[in-house]
This record gives sequence, C-alpha cells and structure tokens, in this order.
Amino acid sequence: MTVARVALVLVSHSRAAAEGVAEIAAQMAPDVAIVAAGGMPEGIGTSFERVLDAIEEGAAAAQEGSGADGGGVAVLTDLGSAVLTTESVLEAVDEDVAARVRLVDGPFLEGAVAAAVRAQQGGDLDEVVTAGEAAGDWSTSRTSGPRDGAASAGAPDAAGAAAAGEAVRRTVVLRNPLGLHARPAALLARAVADLGVPLTVDGVDGASVLALMALGAAGGHELVVEASGPGAAEAVDAVVRLVDEGFGEV
Amino acid sequence: MSLDVTWALAWVRRTAQVVAENRDLLVELDRQIGDGDHGENLNRGFAAVIGKLDGAEPPELVGDVLKTVATTLMSTVGGAAGPLYGTAYLRAAKVTGVASLDAAGVVALLEAGLEGIVARGKAQPGEKTMVDAWTPAVTAAQDAAANGASAEQVLVAAAEAAEAGAVATDPLVATKGRASYLGERSAGHRDPGAASSALVIRAAAEAAGTASATA
Repeated sequence: MTVARVALVLVSHSRAAAEGVAEIAAQMAPDVAIVAAGGMPEGIGTSFERVLDAIEEGAAAAQEGSGADGGGVAVLTDLGSAVLTTESVLEAVDEDVAARVRLVDGPFLEGAVAAAVRAQQGGDLDEVVTAGEAAGDWSTSRTSGPRDGAASAGAPDAAGAAAAGEAVRRTVVLRNPLGLHARPAALLARAVADLGVPLTVDGVDGASVLALMALGAAGGHELVVEASGPGAAEAVDAVVRLVDEGFGEV
Repeated sequence: MSLDVTWALAWVRRTAQVVAENRDLLVELDRQIGDGDHGENLNRGFAAVIGKLDGAEPPELVGDVLKTVATTLMSTVGGAAGPLYGTAYLRAAKVTGVASLDAAGVVALLEAGLEGIVARGKAQPGEKTMVDAWTPAVTAAQDAAANGASAEQVLVAAAEAAEAGAVATDPLVATKGRASYLGERSAGHRDPGAASSALVIRAAAEAAGTASATA
C-alpha cells in the first residue's frame, strides 16, 4: 500500500469529534495518514501535547509517502482556540517540520473530507489545502447545472469550458440503487482527477467529491457528462463507462 | 525596590491563590458569554505551575520563572487562555532574562506580554477580550515609568488600569473568541479574560508590595 505524501491532522476541542471526522474522511482516503488530535485528558478543550504529537506523527507519515521532498501536513481545526494551540505548536516544533505544515481555513468536517480525497488523489500540500478551503464555499459556487439531467440545453458552465475547444457531451444513467453517494462520488472524483481533463457532471466539477455528493443524484438519475479541449472525448467516455459499470454496487 | 526572582515566584503564587479564590466567578463570567471553563482552566493551569516550581531548583533569572509559567500554562490550559497567556508569559520571559527588574524592566515585561497576546490572538482593543485589560495596563505603566515611578508603583498603576479596563468591557459587543457567537447578547457582561488579566496584574503589584514590605 502506498502512503500519500500529504497527511492530515484534525484538531478539535472534542476527542470524539476528531476521531469521528477522521473515520469519515478515511473511508474515502484509505492511503492517507489522518491523525486525530482532539480533546484533553480532562475533557473538552485543545491539548498542546496532543497536537504536538499529532503533527510530528503526520510529518513522519508524509515523509514516508513522499521521499525526498518531505511531503506535507494539512491541519484542520474546529473553533478558534484550536487554531491558537496549533499555531503555538508550530512555533515550538523544529523549523523544518513547521515549514511543511499548513493550516486549512475551511470547515472542519467537509474540509477534512475534501482535503483527504485530494491527498488520496496524489495532490501536493497546496492542492490539498486549496481543496479543504474550497469546501467552505463549494455549495454557493455551484450556481448552475441541471439537477435532473434532461433540461440542460445551453448550460453556461459547459459553454465556458467549450471556449477551449470542441465540447463533448454524453449522458449516462446511474444504475446503482444508491446513486452518487459518498463512495461512488469519491471513486468518480478520483477517476476524473486522474484523467486530467476538466470535466463536469451535471454542471459541477467532476473532480470535486463534495460537489458530486451535493448533486444528491439517486439511482435512476441521468447524469450529463461534459468536457472540452484535448482528450475530452476519451475522458467523457471513460466517465460514462465508470458510471455505467455501477461502481461495483450492481 | 527592585523586583527579583523572589518577587516573580511570589507573583506566581499570589496569582495561583487569587485564581483559585475567583475560580467560580470566572467560570460564571465565562458561562454567560463563553463555554464556562475559564476559571477551571486557569485554576488547573496555575496549580500545575505551582507544582512545577515546587519540584524544581529556584531559578536564577526572572525570565526563567516566567518561562516555566508559559510552558506549563500552554500544556495544561485547554481553551484559548492557554495559548494566549502562554505566549504572553513566553514573550515576557524573553525580555526579562535578568536577576531583577527596575521600572523600565516592568514596562518591558508588560509590553511583551501584550505583544504576545496580540500576536497569538490578533484581537484589537474594543473587541471585548483580555487585550482590553492589558492595553490600558501597558499605557499606564509606560506613563508611570516616564514620570519616575518605582517598579512597584508602575505595577500598581498597571493593575488599576487593568481593573478599569476589565470593567470597561461590560458594555462591549464581542467580536472575537467564543463570545462573538453571542453577538449583541454579549453586551452587559464582563469579559472573563479581561477579568482574569486584571487579577494576574494585581497579583504582580501585591507581590511587589509584600516584597518591599519585607525588604
């Protein structure tokens, strides 16, 4: 099993919250080191020692996954003092460790999920942090995109993408009964990211696991897959094939 | 009267004492506009500091005492107060690496403490935080020292200003920290961090008074 080159550290006032969010994120990112650092021995609060240990553990795991460049650690926090404690820890650790750690300014749970998936996809630290921070506004940035797949004529998102070249568009019905829930969304997002061609699914970014999940696309729903530019046709075909195969749930 | 390690240790002990005495008050203040753990956290933190100091060799420099306070608070106080007070004491320790403090030294200590709090928490005056006690305390200390006050007098001036600053947080609407979630409803309550800051700075003045009384 390969270890991803970016590790996550989850700092929460609650041990249960950190561990719970770590579990959720790990489901979609099995090769990413996700270290929970929540609560204090006395109960609710953030523990300097716990955060220190977690960051050192994350840094070591990222190092293992990345080799020479040392990898990176993305830290998610819940409320204000979790940030303060983390910043205090970063002042206390070795400079070369601190240089590879970044705080993610995004929502704790959704940010952890988005960051974990991006790390699983092989993202570097900048990309993982960006994914975690974008999780804060993905729901409002998705301004268009058909929910039912059928009435998508002239969707403006696709028009923007088509400026780079011929737009390719195909539809595919979700055959698995639960539709585009977490696991298939993660598989689909990973596949789209690997293809390296900008591609939309029902108007949203196909490489964004959160945007895909937000579609709430159920079994039987017809997805519109669209891409443009070099490799668009092959990418759309690959995505259609993946969806049609039912994500192993059919 | 100069303020040496004996004073610094007395300050810490006095602080632990007043924090324990005011634990329920601080908890109550924090319950009204926070998460209700400020008194508990500080009490635990300063009790741990006393434990650390009791078990160790007497330090040589004032800054050594403050550094022990900093690292202990940082690792035992779990809310925002841990990193904030921890950084305050840490920065203060850096500028007090001497055997004793004169008036200018006291001013430097307080200035560094405030700088640490602002660097860590990024609050401005008026946001209903401990900064609203420390800022007037530093100004008062600077003025007193400029007017030729003794080290002890500088601390007294700082303590009075910190207490007035804490009271002045009552009508403010919090725009920082957990209280900011309450918005307008945070007005009409004293900020717990400002209240505890006033206790800490008053303890420093009392420890200096005791020191000069026995000199």
